[in-house]
Amino acid sequence: MPGGLLGIETLDRVEIETILDRAKSFQPQQTESKRSDMLRGRMIVNLFFEASTRTRTSFEIAAKRLGADAISITASGSSVDKGESLVDTLNTLAAMHPDAIVMRHSASGAPHFLARHLPIPIINAGDGTHEHPTQALLDARTILDRRNTLEGLRVAIIGDIAHSRVARSNMYLLSKFGAGTVLCGPAPLLPAELTQITSGVTLAHDIREAIRDADVIMMLRVQFERQDEAAFSTSDYYRFYGLRLEHMGLAKPDAIVMHPGPINRGREISSEVADSQRSVILNQVENGIAVRMAVLERILSN
Amino acid sequence: MRKLIIRNGRVIDPASRLDAIRDVLVEEGRIAVIGEKLHVTGAEKFDASGLIVTPGFIDMHVHLREPGFEYAETIESGSRAAAAGGFTSICCMPNTSPVNDNATVTSYIKERAERHAIVNVFPIGAITKNSAGEELAAIGSMKAAGAVAISDDGRPVMNARVMRRAMETARSFGLPIIDHCEDLHLSSGGAMHEGVESVRLGLRGIPAASEDVMVARDIILAEMTGARFHVAHISSRYSVEMVAFAKSRGLAVTCEATPHHFTLADGNMPPYDSNYKMKPPLRSACDVGAVTQGIISGAVDAIATDHAPHAGSEKMQEFEKCPFGVIGLETAIGLTLEQLVHSGKISLARMVELFTTGPANVLQMERGRLSPGAPADITILDTERNWTYDVNRSASKSRNSPFDGRTFRGGPVATIVNGRVVWTAEERGFDAPVGQAVRTAP
Repeated sequence: MPGGLLGIETLDRVEIETILDRAKSFQPQQTESKRSDMLRGRMIVNLFFEASTRTRTSFEIAAKRLGADAISITASGSSVDKGESLVDTLNTLAAMHPDAIVMRHSASGAPHFLARHLPIPIINAGDGTHEHPTQALLDARTILDRRNTLEGLRVAIIGDIAHSRVARSNMYLLSKFGAGTVLCGPAPLLPAELTQITSGVTLAHDIREAIRDADVIMMLRVQFERQDEAAFSTSDYYRFYGLRLEHMGLAKPDAIVMHPGPINRGREISSEVADSQRSVILNQVENGIAVRMAVLERILSN
Repeated sequence: MRKLIIRNGRVIDPASRLDAIRDVLVEEGRIAVIGEKLHVTGAEKFDASGLIVTPGFIDMHVHLREPGFEYAETIESGSRAAAAGGFTSICCMPNTSPVNDNATVTSYIKERAERHAIVNVFPIGAITKNSAGEELAAIGSMKAAGAVAISDDGRPVMNARVMRRAMETARSFGLPIIDHCEDLHLSSGGAMHEGVESVRLGLRGIPAASEDVMVARDIILAEMTGARFHVAHISSRYSVEMVAFAKSRGLAVTCEATPHHFTLADGNMPPYDSNYKMKPPLRSACDVGAVTQGIISGAVDAIATDHAPHAGSEKMQEFEKCPFGVIGLETAIGLTLEQLVHSGKISLARMVELFTTGPANVLQMERGRLSPGAPADITILDTERNWTYDVNRSASKSRNSPFDGRTFRGGPVATIVNGRVVWTAEERGFDAPVGQAVRTAP
């Protein structure tokens, strides 16, 4: 993975397993010391063209725990606001010779476009409605902390699938490991073509059907900022697609509930479920750091 | 008297159904005689042995960007790209700045072309003022100034009532109306064809339906008004079928297809490569097949490039942000030979028709035929010689082609406009169709 990490779609299974195994060793319960100096002297630029608290902080902490220098730049207040093009911004940063650029951008494919023009490894921290690879890796790590294998699991992903990079990255990862994915959401947010982009994917329009016998329920945030059209009524949304306690009996008894955050209580998930024993939402956050440490180490240590 | 004799070429002239080895004599910018082994003295000679001699190719859909966007293309540079692509006539769309929505702009384009262009340039006027889709432009005056059609290409008329009035007006002035058929509400925010690929890449889609509903609307309005209606850059299966249906009803409905739409499907795009971004977008393989079938069956009347130059800085952006459009003048013949002729789908004569009488009939132009007395616009082709397209040597000012580095079998070798050889491939060495124009306009 010396060229960076652009997406899950193009990663092979062995590569994913290596990262997930390594991430386990970075979990707080596995290591005594929080810090190492494995990446001392390395500089990582976190370039966020889109608002993000958790992912940016998570990458920063991951870099610092490995001893690297991490600099975070957000688009507002930077040269981007002065009309600089993406290429020029990145060329300028590249001339400062960072060892890697972690990038979030609202345009799908923005990191792929830059990777073609820059010699520096680029780590995709979410591109538009395309992929969010470290999210899928941390989700897999979280599931594997509770299950021996992904193979044969039934994973329900519920919400605005059309605009979800989290859903796409998870679909690719789960299908590589033989898990079945059921995607569920209002029809305008659930294009039928989703079943053709990878194997093992089915669609459901009824949340009860999606959750039935599920091992994992992944809820997605309703992305109001991405909907420039009224694709679905907000009040109908919670009624038909919000996850509530009454649904939990349909899933496997030991099913877990996940959410990439930030959660909207009462919009896509009830507080009771979010705070229940089934919820592993905070474990996902913990694993975010461990997985990003593994990714940074793999890309930068050579 | 200035004379040019083109010797021993295979002359294909769809208008007169001629397909035979002939000599063509050009005098004073016009076709004088077409015959066997003509005895001529004092003429410049062009040995066309082994080559195809046809009426000058017409591209009825290009963007020359002048006035207003001269950094991307000018009438001169666009005309040079046309000549290098074997075209003797091009029709330029009105989406310049200012928009060509009145006779002053039309005349300006004609004057600039007379001074700087090395091929014939025919302006297309706007349908509505500023192509805003509301108030009709000065259609009659633009026709008087030289406009050959009207179109709000790129900014389709969404209001059906305005389109109806435009068709009535165009009909009364004897002009065809060319529509870029796209329902802007259905396509809003889209960056590529809506399908598996757009879902995979997380890009908003432009559904084929956004084209189809407008083709349907316009056909209905064309029947209502009796206007000549031409669908620009047709790209979807259903649209091709509707045009065929309209023809079967005897309506004056025609359409053009671009080489990129019969060559590439959405799945052929390298991820997020902005040189594959255009409108209408590259559609599904099924649509590509339907466009090809339409060309074979006759539903499609012309091949046009929709040559749309954009500066490198405009294309070097996030995929969803960069402008739509690709250049296409220099690769059109190569792609048509590759996709349609060498593959056995259409005959060479049908290809010539699609580039000559096809567009000439749509526009009712006195071009596209080799009859004695007609302007000596002639394209000379080699159907066999391999050459590789190097976009960095393009005569266009822009570089946005998805076909850079592609090797073609056959292409243009000389372009003759009004009896003047304006371009040859490498001083008639025939090695690379992208060469230098041998002479400029006076």
